[in-house]
Parts: sequence; structure tokens; C-alpha cells
Amino acid sequence: MIQIEKLHKKFGKLTVLDGLDLTIEKGGIFAILGPNGSGKTTLIKCLLGMVVPDKGEVKLNGKSVLKQWAYRNELNYLPQIANFPTNLSVKELIAMVKNLRPKAANEQELIDLFGLNPFLKKKLGNLSGGTKQKVNLVLTFMFDSDLIILDEPTTGLDPIALIYLKELINKAKQAGKTVLITTHIMSLVDELADEIVFLLDGKIYFKGSVNALKKQTEQESLEHAIANLISKQYA
Amino acid sequence: MLKILKYSIYDLLRSRWSYVYFFFYLVLAFVLFFLNNDLDKAITTIMNIVVILTPLIGTIFGVMYYYNSKEFTELLLAQPIKRSTIFMGQYLGISLSLTLSLVLGIGIPFVFYGLFHSAAIFNFSLLLLIGFFLNFIFVALAFNIAVSVDNKIKGFGYAILMWLFFAVIYDGIFMTLQMSFNEYPIDKFSLVATTLNPIDLSRILIMLKLNLSALLGYTGAVFKEFYGSALGFFVAMFILFAWIFLPVLRLKSKLKQKDF
Repeated sequence: MIQIEKLHKKFGKLTVLDGLDLTIEKGGIFAILGPNGSGKTTLIKCLLGMVVPDKGEVKLNGKSVLKQWAYRNELNYLPQIANFPTNLSVKELIAMVKNLRPKAANEQELIDLFGLNPFLKKKLGNLSGGTKQKVNLVLTFMFDSDLIILDEPTTGLDPIALIYLKELINKAKQAGKTVLITTHIMSLVDELADEIVFLLDGKIYFKGSVNALKKQTEQESLEHAIANLISKQYA
Repeated sequence: MLKILKYSIYDLLRSRWSYVYFFFYLVLAFVLFFLNNDLDKAITTIMNIVVILTPLIGTIFGVMYYYNSKEFTELLLAQPIKRSTIFMGQYLGISLSLTLSLVLGIGIPFVFYGLFHSAAIFNFSLLLLIGFFLNFIFVALAFNIAVSVDNKIKGFGYAILMWLFFAVIYDGIFMTLQMSFNEYPIDKFSLVATTLNPIDLSRILIMLKLNLSALLGYTGAVFKEFYGSALGFFVAMFILFAWIFLPVLRLKSKLKQKDF
């Protein structure tokens, strides 16, 4: 589904992506992991066309996405920090995003699920971080797309919302969709991910199943296995 | 693009600054009429304010809007919309809402004081046209600065410097040159130098229409001869257009390379 070939990106003198190659097949949940500043968000933003890579190719379903824009209708993206225009109400924001995408949306179901009904008329600037993240999730999951990209989806969520989020992700998987997740919460990865993509120094350091990772690092738990990978950077 | 334009205007119409700006012109024009019931004199006074204030407000609004709507922009960038469409929509949104504040703010008092029954209507239209150009030019320049500078404070500083340059420093340099080359025939040079600064060009255009060129002495006569002709007016309009067109062009090419 996604093919990334020899992707290079520098911000000033800092090399973030250094000839990264990655192929992601259709269907399943992929966890993109890596230490802070390893280029997870940059990689996702290259896929979204928000960051322009210096070199390399990004293909979605066999077609290059560089300098294109219409393909974004076929994917849902959850940004890392839920920054919304502060003077809009929740309802207006949802209506606006629906208006901008030529696609059917089932927002009401998600609003009910996350209990956002009492907040619909409130301004986004007055919402708490967790509630904003719920709105963010509604905006992401209300469209039916084959590719779903979640950047730190759990930030600020309460335990119940977290359970619902996991259900949503599992449902998407059962529907044959591809889900990319970046997170630092290992229990979530352990529970959900079919495959792990580990980024280090702007390259893919490891790609495979959770069990394969545990075996390779000779660790019992995923947390220690990842710590084992990261510690190589500090060594 | 129309959708983005709609949301930008909607967004701006809800911010109180559009209203402050509108009421400022409204009160200004009414006070001028209260003090002096002469349309032509009121136009001259307002012209002096418009050529300095519209560029300043356009510059400040432009950079402020760009930096403040960063979140909104990032949300839009993840949607299936072309990059340049997003920014052109926002650019047109600010420029149009500022022009609207200006037109309504000074338009209402003028209509109230019998604009449609007087010959001043042509001068007044020219004033609005100039206001329109200055808004569009300076918002475009401000956007250029904001896109190139990620640091908000720095961007704001550069934008104010840019305004200061066109409104004050340029004239200072121009005058110094005129003083030092007093003994040479420099009327052609003055003509070109004035034409290149949108604020000066706007001022001259209105002054000539209001027959104030006598104040400019011999240079004024040269100006009158040039801009008074159809060709001169056409050239002036062309240059004002270029002042919008070139910054927008640079903005577009800059945006293609930008990371968010």
C-alpha cells in the first residue's frame, strides 16, 4: 500500500531521514516506534505532503504522492497535538472539515461514543486537552478511508476513551484497513500492533512482528526489547 | 478556494479588530464632516491617513493572521486541498475583509453627506481604488515575510520595518538624494523613484486628481504631465498590479518548498 524509497530529509544541519526505505502492505496495524527525534512525525508528514523531502519517493497504491493533493481524500490523519482554531465551536469545526472533504461522514455515532454532545456548542479554546483529543479523534475516524494515520493518539485520554479508541482501531483492522500508529505507550503496541517499524538515526532499524522483536533482542517484555534497541543509540 | 475564502472571512468577521478598524474610519470621516462640510477637503485629509494607515494595518493583519492561524492551516493541510489554494484563500480573505472595512467605514459617512450628488464621487472612487490596492499589496508582502520567517517575533519586526521603509525611510532617502543632486535635472529620476514605491505612487495619484500638484513645484508639473495622461495612469495601475502580482508569485514558489 505504501512504498517509501530512499527518503532523505534535512532540517538545516540536522539529518532527520537518511535514505529511509519502507514498504507497508495493505491491511493491519503498524506501530512506528523510535526514540524522541528519530523522525517518526517527519516520516508521516512526508506521507501527508506537509514536509517536502529532499530526495526519494513516496508512493501510495503505486502512485507518487509528492506534490499531489487529491490523494489526501483517501486517508485519515490524526495530528500529534490537537491545535484547533480557538474561536470555532466543536460543531462548526466538524461541519467545516466535512464541508472540505467530498466524502460521507458518520460523526454523530462518534460524538455519542466519546460523550461529546454537551461540548458541541463550546468554543475549542475553552476545552480541556483530553476533550480536544476526543474531537480530534472524531474528525479522524468520521470518514471511511483505507489508510488511517494516528500520531500519538492516546495523549490526554481518560481510560474509558482509551478503551473506545482501541475498539475503533480494531474495528478498522477488521474492515481490512491499514492503520499506522506512533506512540510511546508500549502496552498499546503490545495489545494492538501486528507489526513494528523501529526508526533509528533516520533509517528503519527493525521491521517485523512483536514476537520477532522479542526474540531478536532476547527480552521477555516488549518494553525491555524496545529499551534494548534504543540503548544502542546512547551507547 | 471559495470555501477557504469563506472560512477566512467568517473567521475575521468574528474578530473584533475588523470592527475596530471599521469604526475608526467611520468615526474619522464623520468627525471630518462635522468640522468641515467640504467633500474634497475631507477626501484630501482621509487620503493622507489612508496612504499611511492601510499599509500599516494590512502589514500587521497579514503577519498576525498567518501566525495566529497556524493551527487552522495545519488542519487544512491534512485535507485534500492544494497548498496554494489554502494560502490564496486566506490571502484573499484578509485583503477583502480589510478592504470591506475601509469601503464601508469611509463610504457610509460620505454617502450620508451627499456623495452621490457631488462631483467628488470620482475622486472618492480613486481613493477607494487606492485603498484596495494598498491592502492587497501590503497583505501580500506581509505574507511573504511570515512564510519566510518562522519566528513570530522576528517576522513581526521585519514586517514593521518593511512598512517603515516604504512609508518613511524611502522618502527620506529620496529627499536626501534630491537635496544633494539639486543642481542636476532630476525630474525624470524623481518620477521613476516615486513610481517604484506603492505608497508614494498612491499619494501622487490622488494629489494630482485633487489638483494639489502645485504644491510640488516644478516636479509637480512633470508629474502632472505624466500621470495626468491616459498612458501615465495606465502605467501607474500596471505598477500597482505588479506590486500585487510579484509578491503573490514569490509566495507561491516559496510555499512549494515549505515544511509544516
